[in-house]
Amino acid sequence: MDTLAIETVNLTCKFEDLIAVDHLNLQVKKGELFGLLGPNGAGKTTLINMLSTMILPSEGHAKVWDFDVKKTPSQVRQNIGVVFQGFTLDDRLSGRENLDIHGRLYGLSKHMRKQRIKEVLELVELQDKADVLVKTYSGGMMRRLEIARGLMHHPKVLFLDEPTLGLDPQTRNHIWNYIRCLNRDENVTIMLTTHYMEEADHLCNRIAIIDSGRIQALDTPENLKNSLGGDVVKLVVDNEEIASALCKLYIKNGCAGNVHWKKSSIFITIKDGAHKIPHILTIASGANINILSVDLHRPTLDDVFLSHTGRAIREEETSEMGKFSFQFRTARR
Amino acid sequence: MRWGSSASSSGQRGGDITSLISDLPGNCSIATNTVYTLWLREMLRFRRSKSRIIGSLATPLFFLVILGTAFNSSFQMRGGGDTNIGFLTPGIIGMSILFSSLMGGVSILWDREFGFLKEILIAPVPRFFVALGKALGGVTTAMIQGTMIMIVALFLGVEYQSYLGMLTSVGIMLLIGLGFIGLGIALASQIESHEGFQMIMTFITMPVLLLSGAFYKIGDLPMWLKTLTYLDPLTYGIAALRYTLMGESEIPIIICLIVLVLFAATTIGLGGYLFSRAKA
Repeated sequence: MDTLAIETVNLTCKFEDLIAVDHLNLQVKKGELFGLLGPNGAGKTTLINMLSTMILPSEGHAKVWDFDVKKTPSQVRQNIGVVFQGFTLDDRLSGRENLDIHGRLYGLSKHMRKQRIKEVLELVELQDKADVLVKTYSGGMMRRLEIARGLMHHPKVLFLDEPTLGLDPQTRNHIWNYIRCLNRDENVTIMLTTHYMEEADHLCNRIAIIDSGRIQALDTPENLKNSLGGDVVKLVVDNEEIASALCKLYIKNGCAGNVHWKKSSIFITIKDGAHKIPHILTIASGANINILSVDLHRPTLDDVFLSHTGRAIREEETSEMGKFSFQFRTARR
Repeated sequence: MRWGSSASSSGQRGGDITSLISDLPGNCSIATNTVYTLWLREMLRFRRSKSRIIGSLATPLFFLVILGTAFNSSFQMRGGGDTNIGFLTPGIIGMSILFSSLMGGVSILWDREFGFLKEILIAPVPRFFVALGKALGGVTTAMIQGTMIMIVALFLGVEYQSYLGMLTSVGIMLLIGLGFIGLGIALASQIESHEGFQMIMTFITMPVLLLSGAFYKIGDLPMWLKTLTYLDPLTYGIAALRYTLMGESEIPIIICLIVLVLFAATTIGLGGYLFSRAKA
């Protein structure tokens, strides 16, 4: 028990007829940098909200740092820091004032507040901007200030909900560094949600892939990728029907590996892929199917996600983007 | 942990009264600290919003100068020897307290809009005291504005009864402000979006102001209207201000005070309760 920072047993959250988190069992060890990876609407934020006592679970139990989120929410709150998905700063106050108000709410003494504000500002490199109104901060600076604020009261567990959402790649890299730093140097257990594969891959010790409120897979990024058992061969054909037909053909031919198709692409996970490509192509040409391109790569978390859920994590996102550009076009007309 | 077991009082659905009382000393320090922190935040924000201070003074002063002068040349105020502007001043102070305290309570909607509400709700402190701190902060700004109008009116030639009366009237402002800020917090906790704000302004502020006797004497009204004015809590606030500032009132001061205290206690209690159940 002593080594667990977070433990959930059959944790469930229902919103009317939607089950956002479905009998979830999860154990996070102390000191871990744990990632929840999943598409939008997978239930990551709901899970964090339950663990941070913002919403009550409909069923099941959860303990954070050995405190029950239902029975002792205040102790849970005292021991956690939360950086929510949207911004939660008071933009009419300066950075320092935001931190000071936070410190007061968590009962830090005057001396402690002063010292801690200096420390966390240094950590996120915002000393120069401390006395400027938050209104004038950039998105990345606000995110950094929020991380600093979440750390003010020495939380045992820090929840980060999509910490780099909407930030440019350079700022993202910066924030990754802070996260790594505070996990290592301040010894804070961190649980972060993300739908960026690279983020989960680069940062986390362990990752839970979540979809439809359930854990689809849980392991270290390396093991998750290795679990696919080899390399990923990606074939592109003319259209979806051909892809599905070819898929079936490979399965019939006893293709020793995992075969998936998505739109007009086929993904074959296979050991020693480089040597299997000729054979794969022979089967296709035997069935008179025209292959447009072939690609071989080491499995990424994207492939892991695809093999566990049958869809790519970015699917919704791209369709949303399509909607936007459509609206944009109609608006311009 | 400094808060110890006492902090369990701030459950997700509000403070549990029995556990609040069972650990009184510990809770007192948390309570004072929470109230002070939220009050401090309002003060820090207020100090920066110079345009808001000026803007909030301008409206009542327009009322005072324009209405006061217009009333003076149109009607002769019956009874009491003072001028119309003197009659209007307590009413205008009451109006300004009503506006700024309701606004202060409803500002929770903006906190929700800009996300800061989450930061307050996640803190390990009882939400009732968060609401109370916010209320006191809003009331302080309302009292500052009310006092400024009182002083400006002095320069406009209004003669107050006594310095003691002026001082007491600040206390009356506190009571009026608490009552309406509690109402604002209660409403803001129930309304999920800031679109409901316009509704509040239209269907609460205006009737409350117009029925309050800020601009007229209640005694001469037809029965139906008189009944309505007696149902309006601001009536008692303005009557009390008239008593402390001008030395005359249509309603006995003791009744005014009883109504004001009851009104403030009810709305603050209700506001604190509803806020502790509010969603982020």
